[in-house]
Amino acid sequence: MSNYLNILLYIQIGISVVCMYRIIRGPTIPDRMVGADIFGILVVGICAIISIQTERSFILDIGIAWIILSFIGTLTLAKYLTGKKLNE
Amino acid sequence: MISLIFITIGILFNLLGCIGIIRLPDTYNRLQAATKCVTLGCCSILLGVVFHFGFSDAGTKVLVAIPILFFASTVGAHALIRGTYHFGIKLGNKSVKDDYKDALK
Amino acid sequence: MRYITMFILSLIFWLLLTFDLTVPNIIVGTVSSIICSLFFGRFFITNVYKLLQPRRYFWFVIYLFVFIWECIKANLDVAYRVLHPAMPIRPGIVKVKTTLKSDLAKMLLANSITMTPGTISVDIIDDNLYIHWIYIRSEDPEIYTGMITGAFEKYIKRIIE
Repeated sequence: MSNYLNILLYIQIGISVVCMYRIIRGPTIPDRMVGADIFGILVVGICAIISIQTERSFILDIGIAWIILSFIGTLTLAKYLTGKKLNE
Repeated sequence: MISLIFITIGILFNLLGCIGIIRLPDTYNRLQAATKCVTLGCCSILLGVVFHFGFSDAGTKVLVAIPILFFASTVGAHALIRGTYHFGIKLGNKSVKDDYKDALK
Repeated sequence: MRYITMFILSLIFWLLLTFDLTVPNIIVGTVSSIICSLFFGRFFITNVYKLLQPRRYFWFVIYLFVFIWECIKANLDVAYRVLHPAMPIRPGIVKVKTTLKSDLAKMLLANSITMTPGTISVDIIDDNLYIHWIYIRSEDPEIYTGMITGAFEKYIKRIIE
């Protein structure tokens, strides 16, 4: 059981590393932002699996805070892309 | 046991979304494939966590987290795709139709 | 009135999130809910009495099942397109007219469209939704409007309006 969870955790971390490829390589700026957005969602999955493995629930708090911060970051970057000021 | 099944399904969906983000040709299609797959995949992983912890403090926390994740990812994808269009990235060369160009004038 | 409703909802949200019924926790939750409802109450829905009608919740549950089914279909669709060696995509942006009136309903419709097979909403201008579609199946506006919004519009109309 624990062994199997370990394998799943490594697969999930591998997926987020592949996402990093799009951030580093992406030909244009929006491509990098898509990579960053998806990476932010994937980290929540990593947090969830670690919280099962260690049987501690405070890691889920980190996950929730991470979702909200990544959401605000994505909105700010998208606002930058449209070329407007942040209070419009 | 049932939580492991949910987590495995979620990771499969995440893997598909990741292949999508590598293979598809332009930004719009990548965003589309990646958002759908990764959102449902992470929701499935969180459901697995709910089944593992049961109705305790961690379980309710995750149940509250699932709608937050849904709205955050869909609204974020919408904002990103709109920003991408306004930034001036053209639709890929396979695309056949563009109604939004007329609306912006 | 809507400030009070928002205060109650955010207090419930706080208690669910912390899952702890001690006195200091409740005091912290009350203070932060008051601050939140003072700042953001003016963005809350205008007619709060709609929250008390049970048939809206009934339609909401049915809508949830339809929505989850569409989500799973969307993922299988993406899987098919990504794993196919030739990648059968034919993308484009189409314009769809909606009959929904209120802003909340339009927001919910756009979010649902984002999770359905092959579509993602780009912008809303007045009554028109602009939608990026990964495989355009037909050129006729009537047909594709039915394909994209047909599954959700009637439920959302019953839930919100």
